[in-house]
Amino acid sequence: MQSGDRNGPPNRLGPHSAKSVALLSVTGLTKTFGGFTAVSNVSFDVGEGEIVGLIGPNGSGKSTIFNCIAGMYVPSAGSVNFAGEEIGGLSASRICHKGIGRTYQIPRPFRNLTLLENVALSAWFGQHGKTVRADCWRQAEEALAMVGLPTDARTTTDGLGAAALKKLELARALATQPKLLLADESLNGLDHSEMEQAADMLQRIRSERGITIVWVEHIMGVLMRVVDRVVVLDHGEKIFDGAPRAAQSDPRVVEVYLGADVAA
Amino acid sequence: MTGLRLKPATIIGLLAVAALPLVVRYFLPASEKYYLHLLIQILLWSFIYTGWSLMGRFGLTSLGHGAFTGIGAYATVMLWNFAGITPWIGIPVAVALATVVGVLVGYPCFRFRIAGHYFALLTLALTEFVRLCIVGLRDFTGGSLGTQPRRYGDGISLYALQFEPDRMLAYYIAFGLWVLGLYVWLRVDGSMDRYALDAASQDEDAAASVGINVTRERLKITALSSAMCALGGAIFAQYQMYIGPDTIAGLGLSLNIVFAAIAGGIWVLLGPTVGAVFTQVLAETLRVVIQGSATLKGMFGSSALALDQLIYGLLLVLFIIYMPNGILGTTMAWWRRRAAARAATGRAGN
Repeated sequence: MQSGDRNGPPNRLGPHSAKSVALLSVTGLTKTFGGFTAVSNVSFDVGEGEIVGLIGPNGSGKSTIFNCIAGMYVPSAGSVNFAGEEIGGLSASRICHKGIGRTYQIPRPFRNLTLLENVALSAWFGQHGKTVRADCWRQAEEALAMVGLPTDARTTTDGLGAAALKKLELARALATQPKLLLADESLNGLDHSEMEQAADMLQRIRSERGITIVWVEHIMGVLMRVVDRVVVLDHGEKIFDGAPRAAQSDPRVVEVYLGADVAA
Repeated sequence: MTGLRLKPATIIGLLAVAALPLVVRYFLPASEKYYLHLLIQILLWSFIYTGWSLMGRFGLTSLGHGAFTGIGAYATVMLWNFAGITPWIGIPVAVALATVVGVLVGYPCFRFRIAGHYFALLTLALTEFVRLCIVGLRDFTGGSLGTQPRRYGDGISLYALQFEPDRMLAYYIAFGLWVLGLYVWLRVDGSMDRYALDAASQDEDAAASVGINVTRERLKITALSSAMCALGGAIFAQYQMYIGPDTIAGLGLSLNIVFAAIAGGIWVLLGPTVGAVFTQVLAETLRVVIQGSATLKGMFGSSALALDQLIYGLLLVLFIIYMPNGILGTTMAWWRRRAAARAATGRAGN
């Protein structure tokens, strides 16, 4: 099912290696909650090694799509294909085992565990027992070091700020050795320099580990500098799919973000 | 497996507990039977409480463990009394039965995320269901009066696993069971599953998204916990040579298990053991005080004997509010703080 070994050597892809083979294909995805349609017939592909921004204002349906991919929601219609396999409707844990890691918009650390334990358990369970315990702890240290958090066995989540908790989210997702990382509003709650750092980190994750990234964000700013492509959503529908520069001059995108008057 | 290498202090501790009956025999020869009985009870209940704490420590507050001890005890005794099946086979069957019941009740709870109060209520219903079954099947079980395992020979038999007349033997059987309980607790504590269950108790969705199959992890610990309690119940029946729906099953017992484990401390290895010492000593003290008090007997009549349940209830509330880490957990935390403060003072002095 998978095109390569999840633990194999990373592809050293440049920022514009562009889409080669679609790693993730979302086709005709629809999600309704009772009578409310949150996402309507959305389709897009994410190529291996790409960083794709999934953007849109609040309530545009990006988090719903994200949750359908990550297994939190079962799609009402359409398909989610990952590495040639249909994953729509699978449980969150099984989707993680397939090679999709995710972070949360509002960090959800396991506060009763240390940082290292938070990440080590992700390495163990994320790889579904395909690794030995000693390796889990080593991988946890590597993931923590990569995001710039302490790697000792005693540091707890007490007193960690928003940026550090976001880093922990990232380390936890990385420890599952994903092929695809779903980053949910990684910039939310950060100051400008922290936003720049977060964006650089996502770039580094792609270049050093060869991980494909879908980055959900409601603000464009820093994201546009890093992504290869953006998919823009509004009211649950896709309104744009293309290069970031083109998005910034697309009248519909401008209208959604800045209002109809400016677009006109 | 990590962390199970025995430290000298652990070996000394185990030897000390193993030597307790000899101490009793030497210093209290006149009351040897009574004190041994007390110690055996403490060890047997410690094992059961430890079994419960395996789930309780992960936020799975079960009020259904009285059902598992009941199934363990009754299935073993019924198989022996009515089919002549030795407890060597009867106990594994009873343990397996309790495990299946635990998994059957646990699966829908965990699959559909029934947690907290609802989980407690559902497991409470299980306890009551098992108690009603025991009472309803009175032709076999003796109903609410209880029944006895059929005595084999002089009451000491390897084949029938009967050892009640020999308190010394009973003590070492209970001691072996207690050590087994501690070993299981340590194995769980040192496993990756423990981290998964800790994580799931904090945030089920986040746990699932790092690859933890929360339902499966919880079922595993439920199976282990219910099996331990069933084994404890079965051995208890073999020791007491009497089983009743209120002594080894039922809601009162379920609540006692929860109270004792919480009172001792559910997050520390010896917490449930401390809980067993505390509840047994408390129960005995209350019994002696109430039986010896003409005033209390005059006021309440024979119902004075039920006062211990009332006091348990009050204490449980107080423990949950003021000492959620239990006696041992709180003491250990206090000790660590004191040691840290001393170390800090020492550094400042230098």
